[in-house]
Formats: sequence, structure tokens, C-alpha cells
Amino acid sequence: MASVESSPLNELRGRSGPLGAALDPVVLLLVAAAIALLVGCLRSAFFAQLTVEGLGLGAVYGGLALALVLVYRATHVINFAQGELAMATTYVAYQLMQWGFSYWEAFVATLAIAFVLGTVLQLAVIRPVQHRSVIAAVIVTVGLFILIDGVVNWIWGGNFKFMRSPFGTASFRVGGVTIQHLYVGMIGVVLACVVLVWALFRFTKLGLGMRAAALRPAAAAFVGVRVEWMLTLGWGLAAVLGAVAGLMAEPSQLFLTPTLMQQILVYAFAAAVLGGLESPAGAVVGGLAIGVFLTLVVGYVSAIGAELQLPVAFAVLLAILLVKPSGLFGKREVKRV
Amino acid sequence: MSALLELEGVEARYGPVTALRGVDLRVDEGEVVAVLGANGAGKTTLLRAISSTVRRSGGIRFGGNEIRRRSPEAAARLGIAHVPEGRGTFVELTVAENLRLGAYTRRGPLKDDFARVHSYFPWLEDRARQQAGTLSGGEQQMLALARAVMQRPRLFLLDEPSLGLAPLLVAEIFRIVAELNEREGATVLVAEQNANAALQTAGRAYVLEVGRVVLSGGSDDLRADDSVRRTYLGY
Amino acid sequence: MSTRLPALGSLVVVAAVLSALPFTLSDYHVALAAQVGIFFVGVLGLNILTGYSGQISIGHGAFMAIGGYTTAIMSRDHHTNLVLTMVMAFAICFALGLILGLPALRLSGVYLALLTFALAVSVPQLPLQYSTFLGGSGGVQSSTTVSNVWLYAAAWTCSAILFALAWLVLRGRTGRALRAVRDSEIAATASGVSLPLYKTFAFGISAAYAGVAGSLFVLATNGFAQPTEFSVTLSLQLLIGAAVAGLGSLWGVLAGAAFVGLLPQVSTSVPVIGSAHGRDVVFGAMVVLVMLVLPGGFAGLFDRLRALGRA
Repeated sequence: MASVESSPLNELRGRSGPLGAALDPVVLLLVAAAIALLVGCLRSAFFAQLTVEGLGLGAVYGGLALALVLVYRATHVINFAQGELAMATTYVAYQLMQWGFSYWEAFVATLAIAFVLGTVLQLAVIRPVQHRSVIAAVIVTVGLFILIDGVVNWIWGGNFKFMRSPFGTASFRVGGVTIQHLYVGMIGVVLACVVLVWALFRFTKLGLGMRAAALRPAAAAFVGVRVEWMLTLGWGLAAVLGAVAGLMAEPSQLFLTPTLMQQILVYAFAAAVLGGLESPAGAVVGGLAIGVFLTLVVGYVSAIGAELQLPVAFAVLLAILLVKPSGLFGKREVKRV
Repeated sequence: MSALLELEGVEARYGPVTALRGVDLRVDEGEVVAVLGANGAGKTTLLRAISSTVRRSGGIRFGGNEIRRRSPEAAARLGIAHVPEGRGTFVELTVAENLRLGAYTRRGPLKDDFARVHSYFPWLEDRARQQAGTLSGGEQQMLALARAVMQRPRLFLLDEPSLGLAPLLVAEIFRIVAELNEREGATVLVAEQNANAALQTAGRAYVLEVGRVVLSGGSDDLRADDSVRRTYLGY
Repeated sequence: MSTRLPALGSLVVVAAVLSALPFTLSDYHVALAAQVGIFFVGVLGLNILTGYSGQISIGHGAFMAIGGYTTAIMSRDHHTNLVLTMVMAFAICFALGLILGLPALRLSGVYLALLTFALAVSVPQLPLQYSTFLGGSGGVQSSTTVSNVWLYAAAWTCSAILFALAWLVLRGRTGRALRAVRDSEIAATASGVSLPLYKTFAFGISAAYAGVAGSLFVLATNGFAQPTEFSVTLSLQLLIGAAVAGLGSLWGVLAGAAFVGLLPQVSTSVPVIGSAHGRDVVFGAMVVLVMLVLPGGFAGLFDRLRALGRA
């Protein structure tokens, strides 16, 4: 059989052919970049610190990007309110902690609440407009953005809130490099969730059903998959991922404010587009790439301060959309006629 | 033998166009029945009406009960395996995943089922991890049928399984259908333009023209019928 | 701007009401009416882009920011006449809009929305980076401030001029071309309509209008331009306004401007919800509800009302 020319990094789709995977130009590029990063880390403590920080932030961007991609794959809607939803669930965690729950108790409870919120939103607000025009879906999610933003501001107010960081302020010292627990924690938690989601899709019947419903709803119905419910589940799952992203993002800012996720949403968009809007693996890798890229750029290029990260991200997004809109791992369907 | 599927006065329309008019049809347990007709005669619509993929009026009884919940998912859960025109394979997923999806409505371990399916389609076993989209047209058709077999359905609905296939493969597909019927008593309703192949495997057939049943009877009788010979069998 | 000139009657009525208002309303309400006028200009421009050439932008708040900062900076540093700064804002934003319109050509619906969203969030960051020139988070203060009545007059005069301009532009070839583009790009190209030209033009002109709206907006906040005023929400409001305006008839745009300009203010007086942020709740909820309840969205609402009016 001819070699499989599909997007090989997609273990999420359980494809075969590790040999084919090794030869894909995108994979080669990524491997080269990883090697370059490793070399840089070994040679400079500053570089290593920036890389770790970049990976930590990138994990958050990737987490939110994954949420966006899940929603897009399932319902073909870009949820402009994904970031605000993540922010809102972070406030829920804050409130739970105010009421006396420990961080991790609040964390788990928040994930459950986020799941419910995500599914309810899809049922109440998105289902009716899923099949309408693009602009209808955009406007609804924009309305949600404003609504959620307003609700959070109304309930908690816009001023700074302090949330105890689960990772403290301590750092590891590894060979002259100071690595904050925080960034390791960010990477760890987000990637753990990503792996869980991947496992869900790869190994469980439910996950297979969700993939089938997203790929070919008509065919999925023929085998008995309850397509509409799978889409709803997708939204719930996306909300959970968003909550994780929000909860991990918060410690990296000094305080909790309602604008927590607005900038991160832009980075997540860039990551999702970079990875290819329909590629879950691409979203995560894209997030890490953007996180590292931005952190290194700000660290080494003095003309670019931290405030310019967003315009830089905008430029990156623009470049990707112009050069290769389907992203690095964009779906190239292999069909034999 | 009891009737597994009964249609009474079934009508279906696409907007202003009526695709099925007053169709009466019956399939008994363990039968292979064919629905013949030219392009646009309504064969596909008929199968879709049975699996509730298209809206219809009239009575459809499955296993003695009126089909109430009208969605394709519900039909699948009742035990109707519809292999649509164009196969409906998940080209982005692997062969194994396609098969697993076939068994979506079933509970319990699937090992025996995989063995069963491989007994009908031995070549599938080696291709388990291959992306379904890289299979040839004929192989994808086989995969679609294999997926239906995984479902252990009470009724197979096959929509034009021979479409686009070389004669050798057409023969193979119908051989497998016959084998399914012999070994497991599978009940099959197959819609086909290729009347020759269909009439060799089916015991009975209906002929549809412009949405109406114009002729029905045993395969031998139909093959002997002049109009059928001329129009559908080509001699 | 449907190409039928709004019935002369409508125009006269609207003009008369607008002229009379400042004399009958309190200063606070004059300020509100001025807000509506400002949004009228912005929504009008965005409506040309979305309603006519069918391109989605969630980033026109960025152009408002650029226009607003132009006014503030020119006034602060060079004491330029305020009206002149508005003309400058128009020109600068027109050019920038054309430039943005070029890459936008290659992007379809959702991707363009993503890109413009990123624009809306990014542009307010620029003053923070270049704080010497752009004032940082502290903002830029113009050297002159204006009264609410002046603002009202300026806003509605601009509205009138720009509405007339839009009508003139859109009744001719350009309008037909844009509508053709919206309805079917393929058919339009096949008929020889130069797609890139008209789509880019639509971007430019909508940005220019947003720029003027931005100038007025800054003047409305005491001549003070600050990054926090030009948050994403502003772009979102413009988009909602353009959606309400549907296909851009005079009444549509007025309704859109009123919805976006007034609802947040009005809901402040509703008890319980009535805090400053409560209004966003009401606004957002209303947007979602309208989209859910009405099959045609906001545009559908108008078709129905018009049908009622004729019945």
C-alpha cells in the first residue's frame, strides 16, 4: 500500500504509519526546532529560563486553543467567548476558595461546573444557530462575550482579586538555571489534561463517537451515534479545558481581573490557526510554539517590550493566514477515487 | 417466517417533488429482497424512509412494531444497519476504528465480532491500522459492509453496493451477502441498479418506477418477465 | 443605504427632530443623543463592510482608537483645529483600512473575524509600548475640550454628511458592485467586477468612518484618549450595531446606533441590574436573545416591522 500522506502527528486520530510520520516536513521542522531550543537551553541559563517560561505560558495558550479547536471541529463555530468562559470559571474557583475550599478541591469542582456550563450553553444558545450563517454564529458568541464579561464584572467587580497560587513562589535550581515551580506546574497540569482528552478520544467508545460525529455527522448517525449529544459533549469538554487554561493562567498574572483571558484568547487563536483549526495536536503544539516564540522575542529583542506581544501575535496570525491558512497540521485529506 | 419489515402506503417527498408514492413492501426474516429500478426511481429514498433519514408518511412496522422515534440513530439502535449510497466510510479514521464504530450500539467485548467480520473479509485484518481513505473504492465498499456486519443488525439495508465497482468485486460483494444470509440468516434489503447481480442473490424483488412499485415477485419470475428483461437485464 | 433615497418625508422628519432636540433636552440627554450620533457614523461605516460587501470585522474599534488618538495628539501637540483633526482621522484611517483590506481579501468569514479580533485587542497595546509619543496608560489629553451641544452638532453633522456620501457612492456603480460581491463573489467576478478593488475600498471607507467616530468619541470623553476606552467591547458593539442595521437603510442604521449607544446607558437606571457593569449583562443578553428568537436575526426584525407597517 502506498505510504500514508496524512498529517502524521495526529495520534489523536489514531493513524498508522510511524515511518510515514518521520518523513513529514512539518515533523522534521518541529524536531529541528526542539533540538535548537535544547541546544540554546544548554548553552545559556537565560535562554533556558525564557524557554521554560515560554513553555508554561504556551501550555496555557495551547489549552485554550485546544478548546477552540474542539468546538470548531464539532460545530464549525468559532467561540469568541471561549476565553471569557474560561475567565468566568476561574472566578468560580476563586469564590469557592473564598468559601473555604482548598485549591485542589476548588479546582476539581470548577472543572465539573465548567462542564455543565459548556453543555448548557451549547444546548441553549448554540444549537439554534449552529446551522445558520457564519455571521450569525459570530454574533451570538460575541453577545456571549459581552454577557459573560458583564456578569463577572457585576458579581465580583472589576478590581484586582488575589488568588493563592497552588505552586507557590519557589523555584528549582538546575545547573545554574532557575526554574519556577509555577511554570513547571502550568506545563504539567495542562499537558496532563491534554493527554487525558487524547486518551478519551483515542481509546474510548465515547471518544470515537465524538470524533465520528465531528467528522461525518450523517454517517455517524447511521451507526447509531447520537450526533447532537456528541456535539454538546464537545462543548462541555472544551469548557473544561478552558477552565484549566484559566486556572493555570491566573498565577502567572499578579492578580485576577476580568481581562485575564482577553489577550490569551488572541494567542490561542494564533495557536489554533497555526496548528490548523481542525487539528487538536496542532493547537497544543501551536500554543507551545507561540509561547516560546513570544517569550524569546521579548527577552532578546529590546525594541520589543512585553506590551508589544499582542501586536506581534497579530502579525504572526496575519502571516500564517496569508501563507498557509490551513496551518502546520492542516487537514490534507487522503482520498482515493 | 414472520415479517420483519412491513411498509404500507409509504410516501416521501423532497420539497415539492414526491419521491415515493404509496409503497407497500414486505421483508420476512431471513430473506434477501432486492429493490430494482433506474436512477431516480426512488430506491435510495425508500431505504432512507426505512432508516428515518428522510421524512415520510405512511406505516412502517419493524419486528411487528410501528417505528416511532424517527431518526437514523434510533433506527440503528433498533437494529437496522443502513449502508448508504457512497458508503459513508469515515475516511479519516482507520479501518479498525470504522469497524469499532459499526459496533457502537452494542455492549460488551468485541473480540468475537472482529473474528466474525474477518471470516467474511479476511484481508481486512492486515489493514486494521490503515487509514480508510487510502483503500480503493471496492475495498471501501467492503469495509462499509463489514461495518454493518459488526453491528449485528436485524436488517441490512444496502444502497447500491455495486456502484462504481468492477464486475469481479460486484460478484464478490453479492457472494458475501449470500454467505451472510446462509450462515447467519441475515435479513437483507438491497437496492440495486445492477438487476442481474441482485436477482441472483435475492429471493424476491420489487421494481420501482418513479416512486411506485410497478412489479414484484420471485427472482426467477422477474427474470423471465419480458419487460424486466428488456429494461433492466438488457436482453 | 438602500439606493432608494429614504422617502423625503423621512429625511425631513429626522432632520427636524434632530435640529429641535438640543433645545428640548437636558444637557445629559444631549450628551446621550450625541453618543448615538457618534455610533451612527461608526455603524454606518461598518455596515458598508458587513452589510454590503459581506466581510466580517470585529476590529473596527481599532480604527476608532486610531482616529481618536489622531485628534488627541494633533490637538495636544499642534493645537490643530478639531474639525481638521477629524478630516485627518478620516484620511489616515482610510489609508490604513485599504492596507488592511489587502490581506483581508484572502480570508473568508471566520478567519477574517479572528484576524480583526486580534487587531482590536492589539492596537490599544501600542500606546502602552510607545508611551512617550502615545501617552502610555495615562493617555493623551487634547488641548481643547468641547461642550455637549457642540459635540451633538458635530456628531450629527458628520452623520448627515457621511450618510449623504455613502448614499452617493452606493447608488452608483460602486454600490451595485458591492452588492454583487456580497451576493455571489463568483458571479460578480464573472461579470467583470474587480473584486479586490471593491472589497478593499469597502474596508477603507468603513475604517475611515470609524476613524471619524473615534475622533468624536475622544472629544466626548473630555478630549481624553486612553487605551482602556478602546477595549474589545467597543469593536463588538460596532459589530452588533451593524448587524441591527441589517442592510443599511436610514432607519436601520439609526436603530443600530440607538441600540448600541443608548441601551447600555438606559439599562443603568434599571434597578438591581443598574450598576455600570449590569448594562453589559443586559446588552449581551439582548443580543443573544434576539439572535435566538428571530430567525433572520436583527435584519429579520426590520423586515417584519416594515411588513407590519405596510399591512
